[in-house]
Amino acid sequence: MVNTKVELCGITLDNPIIPASGTFGFGYEFAELYDINMLGTFSFKGTTKDPRFGNPTPRIAECTSGMINAVGLQNPGVDKVISEELPKLQKCFNKKVMANVSGFSVEDYAYTCERLDKCDIVGWLEVNISCPNVHGGGMSFGTDPEAAAEVTRAVKAVTKKPVIVKLSPNVTDIVAIAKACERAGADGISLINTMLGMRINLRTKKPVIANKMGGFSGAAIFPVAVRMVYQVANAVDIPVVGMGGVSCAEDVIEMMLAGATAVEVGAQNLVDPYACKKIIEDLPSAMQKYGIENLSDIIGAVNNG
Amino acid sequence: MKQLLFQITENIKLTDNVMRMRLKGDTSDITAGQFVNIKLDGLFLRRPISVCDCSDGILTIIYKIVGKGTEQMAEMKEGTLDVLTGLGNGYDLSRSTDKPLLIGGGVGVPPMYLLAKKLREQGKEVSVILGFNTKDEIFYESEFKALGCNVGVTTVDGSYGTKGFVTTLMEEIDYGYTYCCGPEPMLKAVYKASKTSGQYSFEERMGCGFGACMGCSCKTITGYKRICKEGPVLEKEEILW
Repeated sequence: MVNTKVELCGITLDNPIIPASGTFGFGYEFAELYDINMLGTFSFKGTTKDPRFGNPTPRIAECTSGMINAVGLQNPGVDKVISEELPKLQKCFNKKVMANVSGFSVEDYAYTCERLDKCDIVGWLEVNISCPNVHGGGMSFGTDPEAAAEVTRAVKAVTKKPVIVKLSPNVTDIVAIAKACERAGADGISLINTMLGMRINLRTKKPVIANKMGGFSGAAIFPVAVRMVYQVANAVDIPVVGMGGVSCAEDVIEMMLAGATAVEVGAQNLVDPYACKKIIEDLPSAMQKYGIENLSDIIGAVNNG
Repeated sequence: MKQLLFQITENIKLTDNVMRMRLKGDTSDITAGQFVNIKLDGLFLRRPISVCDCSDGILTIIYKIVGKGTEQMAEMKEGTLDVLTGLGNGYDLSRSTDKPLLIGGGVGVPPMYLLAKKLREQGKEVSVILGFNTKDEIFYESEFKALGCNVGVTTVDGSYGTKGFVTTLMEEIDYGYTYCCGPEPMLKAVYKASKTSGQYSFEERMGCGFGACMGCSCKTITGYKRICKEGPVLEKEEILW
């Protein structure tokens, strides 16, 4: 018998698999397909203070082994998330969920987190300072260590729940940002958000995406994500949640060897709605294959020996 | 939604760049106006294709060769495909009056076929207008006639049927409800020309096709809708035009 349990900021997960924000809605849609209680947890759709429609369409472009999205944080706003979405989730999910939060000012982040802090079902706050698809917010906080620290401090001041700051790969020195968040009180770091990308339609000679650029995700970005998880995990003392192109149980093990305590799965959910179920079911045999008894033992084990 | 394996039983040319594929598998989840989302080797995103017909475990799709995905599909002779079925909100047949008018333009024609079949089974007097650019692009005129529909064809260049757009023929027909699928300019023209209530089927570039990614959202009078989930069929009364 292998042990897939890991502990993330004081909460034990049955396994480290977490569907990433923006690829799993508010969970209940996927509960029609399989019992989502088998997940470690999941990170719900990025939530902002006010309702947002997001960007104009087309918002999606295909790439080799990946895709670009420029959804732009479409969500019903925190009040409706609490009054309408979370009650629906509660009917099919009896674990703690990760609340993903975005904003356009430090006050926005604090406002939204303060409200979500009062929800019992929320176990962690994942503070997204790395959305590449909105102007005047999102990623602009994630590309400057001082701004990242300011958001972290503001959020920590309004919640007792663990705060995990989600970082952008679109920076020169991700380690500096991670350290700034840790110093500001972050309980964990998650990375990587999507990489800024672009496609051009040869027929129209115009960008495929209406917003011109968008976030590149999918299997193609996996090596970049492993590298950045490795760098950050070696630089901070708080847990790291690794994500970026994870598609199978072997990728989960690799991400954990690099230093991830838990692993988020994003774009793969969109092409295979059963992706996380399959990964969880495949994990024990993959662990056996590589001689792993306790999954938590391999966190950062690339550094051993 | 179901994730299923389908066996290719037919893949033939209907016109120069339009193909018909028949697939054997579990079609129990599929209704008129819905689409399926097909996984293809080497391509990351699935390909959403509208349902043309389904009966007795045979799914029929008609697709235009426009890019890498449909080029790959056109080459297939046999084998199995990983297909998500039962996607989208299809046509509501209960809204139809005794004399519905079905309008399809180009690759907007296929979804009208299963709808016409179902409405004929209910004994409705079904009129169909099929719009194409030119004679060489026409397909399925005889198939709609075989269902017992009153069929009119328009071509933009006048090389077959009535010269002009689908709206040219609308005035001559006695109808009480409108169903429409085609390129957006056509939908808009029909929306304006139609004297009745109706349902219009929309297209948008999709990520997942089952409501998870918010890639295909649109604004309507009744709020934000995902083309892949609350759509592709929208009620005339909720369209923001």
